[in-house]
Amino acid sequence: MKRLIPAALLLLAVSAHADNYSLPKHAVFEEECASCHMAFPPQMLHADSWRAMMGDLSHHFGSDASIDEKRRAAITDFLVTHAGGRKTGTTRDASGKPLLRITETARFEKKHREIAPATWKRASIKSPANCTACHARAAAGDYNERSINIPK
Amino acid sequence: MRKLFIIAALLAATGAQAETPRDFLTRFEKEAGAAASAERGARFFNTKQGGEWSCASCHTDKPTQAGRHAKTDKPIAALAPAANAERFTDAAKVDKWFRRNCNDTVNRLCSAQEKADVMAWLLTIK
Ligand code: HEC
Ligand code: HEC
Ligand code: HEC
Repeated sequence: MKRLIPAALLLLAVSAHADNYSLPKHAVFEEECASCHMAFPPQMLHADSWRAMMGDLSHHFGSDASIDEKRRAAITDFLVTHAGGRKTGTTRDASGKPLLRITETARFEKKHREIAPATWKRASIKSPANCTACHARAAAGDYNERSINIPK
Repeated sequence: MRKLFIIAALLAATGAQAETPRDFLTRFEKEAGAAASAERGARFFNTKQGGEWSCASCHTDKPTQAGRHAKTDKPIAALAPAANAERFTDAAKVDKWFRRNCNDTVNRLCSAQEKADVMAWLLTIK
């Protein structure tokens, strides 16, 4: 019995890990936040970061992603509800402002430490934010090692 | 009876919303107070207007084929109505993307004339 408990806990931990980034269903989020790029998992940023991003969609990483107020509020609610906690690592820059990029979080940097700066710039990849270039199933929230393939 | 009522209500709802690409050409021409020119539309669509991108940077200069987002590389379905029946059927969507994409390419909203011209060109390509 005593041995069974750790085994069960392990199983729980493993399945929770695998499901970490699966996208909770939300029609408005899918329509509005998966048109220019795949839907990034809400779990990958802290609530403060999502609030800051959603506060200025007209200047969204150099693009105009503005939407009407009703949709903006609904998406902000959704993102904040499912936002990541402490595990996202550093969530603020040196001056204390919330980080807006997943690709700037400590967790992302740690997971991708082995990738050379030149790799990110390949024509087939373009940007670290292009998750699907290497994670074939990223749009479904699956970042498992089995579906990783770094294109030449 | 109840079923019939629901069907009628549904029909009324879609009837009020559904628009065709031609409706947009008519609307933009009316707002501009002048006829559209497909030739001007092609030029506007395919050349940079001072910014980093032209419309063609993401939608290609043959919008009957699929494009790619110039920054994120995400595939974008064809924009020309001849190739994609879902295009230009929803006013809220059309207005939203004209607003965003014009800001990103010409750093301002497009005029009604520019939208009419682009619309006229998109309707000529097969
Ligand atoms: C009009 C196009 C457009 C829309 C709509 C849009 N985005 Fe973006 N987004 C971009 C671009 C361009 C980038 C920068 C990509 C890059 O640097 O490679 C970006 C980057 C991001 C990033 C940072 C990725 C990284 O580097 O970690 C996040 C997070 C993000 N978007 C979330 C959202 C959310 C949430 C929405 C919906 C409210 C949204 N986006 C809607 C264009 C868009
Ligand atoms: C250049 C290819 C590349 C790109 C682009 C990329 N990754 Fe990765 N990612 C990898 C590789 C390779 C690993 C495995 C690292 C290891 O196991 O040492 C990885 C690991 C991960 C992991 C950990 C998986 C696990 O099972 O622990 C996550 C989460 C992840 N990436 C998310 C992302 C997100 C989110 C993006 C886009 C914002 C992204 N990656 C973009 C190559 C990439
Ligand atoms: C940076 C990339 C980019 C540029 C530049 C761009 N677009 Fe788009 N456009 C998109 C994306 C992304 C969508 C939405 C995705 C989709 O509907 O497939 C879109 C959608 C549209 C739509 C919506 C049509 C519908 O009914 O579905 C119109 C209209 C449009 N673009 C016109 C233009 C015009 C006109 C220009 C030039 C002034 C332009 N675009 C420049 C990326 C771009």
